[in-house]
Amino acid sequence: MEGNTEKIILSQSTFSSQVEDEKSEKEKIVVEDESHAVRVRKIIIAGQIIAGIMIIVLWEGLSRIGWLDSYYWSRPSIIVRTGWMAVSTGTLLEDTFYTAGATIIGFILGTLAGSMIGLSFWWSTIYARITEPYLVAFNAVPKLALAPVLVIMFGIGFESKAILAFLMTVIVAALAACSGVNSVDRDLEKMLFSLGAKKRHVFTKVVIPSAIPWMVSSLKINIALALAGTIVGEFISSRQGIGRMILYAGQIMDLNLVWVGVVVLSVLSIVMYLGTLWLEKWLLKNRKY
Amino acid sequence: MIKLEVKNSSKYFEKNNNVFCALKSTDMAITEGKFVSIIGPSGCGKSTLFNIIAGLLKPSTGQVLLDGKNIIGESGRVGYMLQKDLLLPWRSILDNVILGLEIRGTSKKEARKRALPMLKKYGLNGFENHFPSELSGGMKQRAALLRTLLYDQDVILLDEPFGALDAQTRLLMQSWLLKIWGDFKKTILFVTHDIDEAIYLSDEIYIFSHRPGCIKDHVTVNLSRPRNEATFTDSLFLNLKQKLLASLAEEQEQTMRS
Repeated sequence: MEGNTEKIILSQSTFSSQVEDEKSEKEKIVVEDESHAVRVRKIIIAGQIIAGIMIIVLWEGLSRIGWLDSYYWSRPSIIVRTGWMAVSTGTLLEDTFYTAGATIIGFILGTLAGSMIGLSFWWSTIYARITEPYLVAFNAVPKLALAPVLVIMFGIGFESKAILAFLMTVIVAALAACSGVNSVDRDLEKMLFSLGAKKRHVFTKVVIPSAIPWMVSSLKINIALALAGTIVGEFISSRQGIGRMILYAGQIMDLNLVWVGVVVLSVLSIVMYLGTLWLEKWLLKNRKY
Repeated sequence: MIKLEVKNSSKYFEKNNNVFCALKSTDMAITEGKFVSIIGPSGCGKSTLFNIIAGLLKPSTGQVLLDGKNIIGESGRVGYMLQKDLLLPWRSILDNVILGLEIRGTSKKEARKRALPMLKKYGLNGFENHFPSELSGGMKQRAALLRTLLYDQDVILLDEPFGALDAQTRLLMQSWLLKIWGDFKKTILFVTHDIDEAIYLSDEIYIFSHRPGCIKDHVTVNLSRPRNEATFTDSLFLNLKQKLLASLAEEQEQTMRS
């Protein structure tokens, strides 16, 4: 303690170079702290990559020495080869875009429509109270079970898949927006009315911004639900899509191709999830609270 | 000149089939440009009265006259600030302050241009682009009050605006409020629990009685302005404080008994 004070007094009164020394010494400590955090992060990322590689290597190795039956479990190298074949000679890319397209369109329309339904509840309590139980009930209906009806109704094309994805997402989005509406601080509404606001002002300036975090929180669930809806639609009846490819490969017992489908769907799902994260960040970019 | 007049206003609520009276035939006449405080025990109907004047609640009987015109049920005719700052957390301080202007239809750009000098002048310089969560309680109350001021009504209702602040900040805010009041020449109606605060700030004080809420007493504060720390030890101040304390103590006793 004493030595420290002495040092500071010295550096302040005598040499400016000593002040600089003191400063650089302090800065070094800070830099070291940060580099420690960076190092830990690097270790974590490296660990994650190594773990991923080990799973693939283990899968490959175990199926090569016969501990895993490669007929059922396939093998990473075969999956890559089969996948490449499906891209170059088959229609894997088109199928991927087909599935992704139906999912994203269903997801966007479902989220928008659901959010509008949920937000509309703010305007009239009577209307909201009448509608809410039906919303909850419809949420409980296993909508995938309706897939055959939808395919017959809307054909085996793109529409039936997008509609299934839409149905999967719309209710979740509506319920999320509805929770958002219910969470609006009544005093904020009161404050706005005291500033002479009409209902539409309160709606645009308080209700929608208050509900946004609630609506955004449903996006990640909804993108996965939309993908499930599309795939089931393709399972039922379709000419294109990854779901159809998997079903077809299963029927001709080409399990390697099934694995290709699973891998493509996983990657698709991760990419869309990351897209949703980005969307989430963008929608909440002004939220610093 | 009488700016705001409350005539024979009362409010009854029904709860579990029991009708109870939150506000009993209240009469008030507020002169233009005056600083008027209302003190009283909690649950004495002060907030009910404010909600009626602000047009957010309709009285069961009586009238509220602003410049001689009945404004019952018309919100937005007077500025109203609640105890909570009620800043929108997703808006910057500047964008919060211009809310009233925006609702009136002023463009955001124009509104910001008008608000910025006010923020600078009244202690929020450098905070205009901060978000409410980054500000201290006192700063937030300043922003909330500036929002009410910028809405530009002649009469401003303040419902315990400093109730949640610590004593030190509260003193600062009181002087700040007096300065603003001097600059803008508004008519202010101020609710508080704090007798010192009421005397220090006001020209007149109304004392409300416990349930049913009604005016029990009305005093004029003859302390000279501008007021400062010395005001707190003025003999006039102390006499008035004693009188108000006695009056409120009676009320507290009744509250305890009921």
